[in-house]
Amino acid sequence: MLDQSEGYTTADGRKIGPVVMEMKNITLRFGGVEAIKDISFDIREGEIRAIIGPNGAGKSSMLNVISGFYVPQEGQVFYQGQPRPPMKPYQVARQGIARTFQNIALFEGMTVLDNVMTGRLTHMKTGLFWQSMWKGRAETEETVNREVAEKIIDFLEIQAIRKTPVARLPYGLKKRVELARALAAEPSLLLLDEPMAGMNVEEKEDMSRFILDVNDEFGTTIALIEHDMGVVMDLSDRVVVMDYGKKIGDGTPDEVRGNQDVIDAYLGVAHD
Amino acid sequence: MFYREAGEFSTTYKDDSQTFPIKFDRWRYYFVLFVAVFVIPFMVNDYWVNSIFLPFLIYAIAAIGLNILVGYCGQVSLGTGGFMAVGAYACYKLMTSFPDVSMFVHVIIAGAITAVVGVLFGLPSLRIKGFYLAVATLAAQFFLVWLFNRVPWFYNYSASGQINAPERDTFGVLITGPNTEAWAAYLFCVVFTIVSAVIARNLTRGSVGRKWMAIRDMDIAAEIIGVNPLTAKLSAFAISSFFVGVSGALFFSVYLGAVEVGEVFGINKSFLVLFMIIIGGLGSIFGSFAGAAFLVLLPVALKVVGVDWLGWPTDIVAHLQLVIVGALIIVFLIAEPHGIAQLWRVAKEKLRLWPFPH
Repeated sequence: MLDQSEGYTTADGRKIGPVVMEMKNITLRFGGVEAIKDISFDIREGEIRAIIGPNGAGKSSMLNVISGFYVPQEGQVFYQGQPRPPMKPYQVARQGIARTFQNIALFEGMTVLDNVMTGRLTHMKTGLFWQSMWKGRAETEETVNREVAEKIIDFLEIQAIRKTPVARLPYGLKKRVELARALAAEPSLLLLDEPMAGMNVEEKEDMSRFILDVNDEFGTTIALIEHDMGVVMDLSDRVVVMDYGKKIGDGTPDEVRGNQDVIDAYLGVAHD
Repeated sequence: MFYREAGEFSTTYKDDSQTFPIKFDRWRYYFVLFVAVFVIPFMVNDYWVNSIFLPFLIYAIAAIGLNILVGYCGQVSLGTGGFMAVGAYACYKLMTSFPDVSMFVHVIIAGAITAVVGVLFGLPSLRIKGFYLAVATLAAQFFLVWLFNRVPWFYNYSASGQINAPERDTFGVLITGPNTEAWAAYLFCVVFTIVSAVIARNLTRGSVGRKWMAIRDMDIAAEIIGVNPLTAKLSAFAISSFFVGVSGALFFSVYLGAVEVGEVFGINKSFLVLFMIIIGGLGSIFGSFAGAAFLVLLPVALKVVGVDWLGWPTDIVAHLQLVIVGALIIVFLIAEPHGIAQLWRVAKEKLRLWPFPH
């Protein structure tokens, strides 16, 4: 492979930048269970990076390590070239990393608009005193951030349900609102945990289009976990394959597809 | 017919984020404010002020405070009575130590002191939730009442163990003590109630309100979008306790005038305010008012109907009130957990289309 430290251009002409996030020899244990064993990989600026693997491979654990829920026992996370000390999830969010969840984690009691606006919280700094006055700083800040939120709402085509409480929405829309909330933070790295789980083909196509558009228009780096192989192979620039906590493959979709270990993990091996 | 919003479009986000985006609502709100401040003070007598307006206004402040904590931030608290006692005793100590300072200042500082105490007792909320937190705040309730009973410094070593509000004024008008005029006490409380409601509304519609609601609805997701649970929960405890402390200070100084802590600020008070926000509506400022009005007016109405009209014995009416409140709590928890505020919202939506719903 040629040297790609400064980035490269993909076949369809998108510019991929240098490495933004690097996982080095990550090991994560829960008691005696090793969920992740000595895994290293990197995520480059502007790319769509997929993490795949059979159930229980440790994909979600990996995402939880990146977003700060779990602190790995061994190994180091590098973010934008700097080693990242152990952080709380909200500190990770303030560094510009947003995520969605496998099981939707929206705020059910709030409207769609309020949910998307919560995504702007890391950008809202007005103190309690000014907020209690409302007029002036708080109102200005609200308006400025509302504009950003509305842009995302337009982008994801959920204008019509803006003022609807999230609890009333169907599953597919909830997934989209959750994506909107993550996008509203204007993240530099977006983590998607099974964005298409439980969707029909049409909804999957919609979601794929949104993911590509996000990457294209905002230049957002995306790391996603997905089970639908067709989607993964079409969307992603590079793929990490995990099985039983170990990395068994890493490369472009075509490279991964041809990898014997990957084929064995998915199709099983004959025991003879 | 009753309710017109046709042809009203917000063209700016500023318009859209108003408290009352519909013109009709807005004018009604101004009208209520005008009547509350400029009309009622000139019409009330002692009976109306002492049995209806003062308890309503003061409980409304307490309900707003508790609603911020329970309804918006989702942290159940049974310590309201204790925190009201903190406000009352702080106000008493301030009134007796600095007789020349305006009551306005005393009440606000009493609220601030309660906020600090509230944060202190809110610390367990960082580790425990729901039921267990409720028990922790219950401990605060009993501890605070015990403290004010046992430490004579708090009641200035008076023989009875009670605290009595001395005569204090604001802008030269007597606010506390037996010689206070009804309108002055009313006006003093109404100002606090209106300002509390406006502040609470401003906080809950802005970013800090969203932080609280995010913590309430799903704390893990709140953390992932950058909400620090520590500051969010403690700020809810602080602001909630501030309002509760203000209401405790007013309850003691303006409304009752003399307080025996175990009787007035006992666990019953905590439950009463909790019932107010459950019946009124969790997570709604209007609900706080509705619940306070309901639970203040219910005994009065029952007394008028039962004792005065029907001639029933007083104790039966008093027990009937307990039965009705208990039944209503159950009904609301099952049928409409969002309380009167939600009923009002539904009624408005129906009225928009009335009389042709299809």
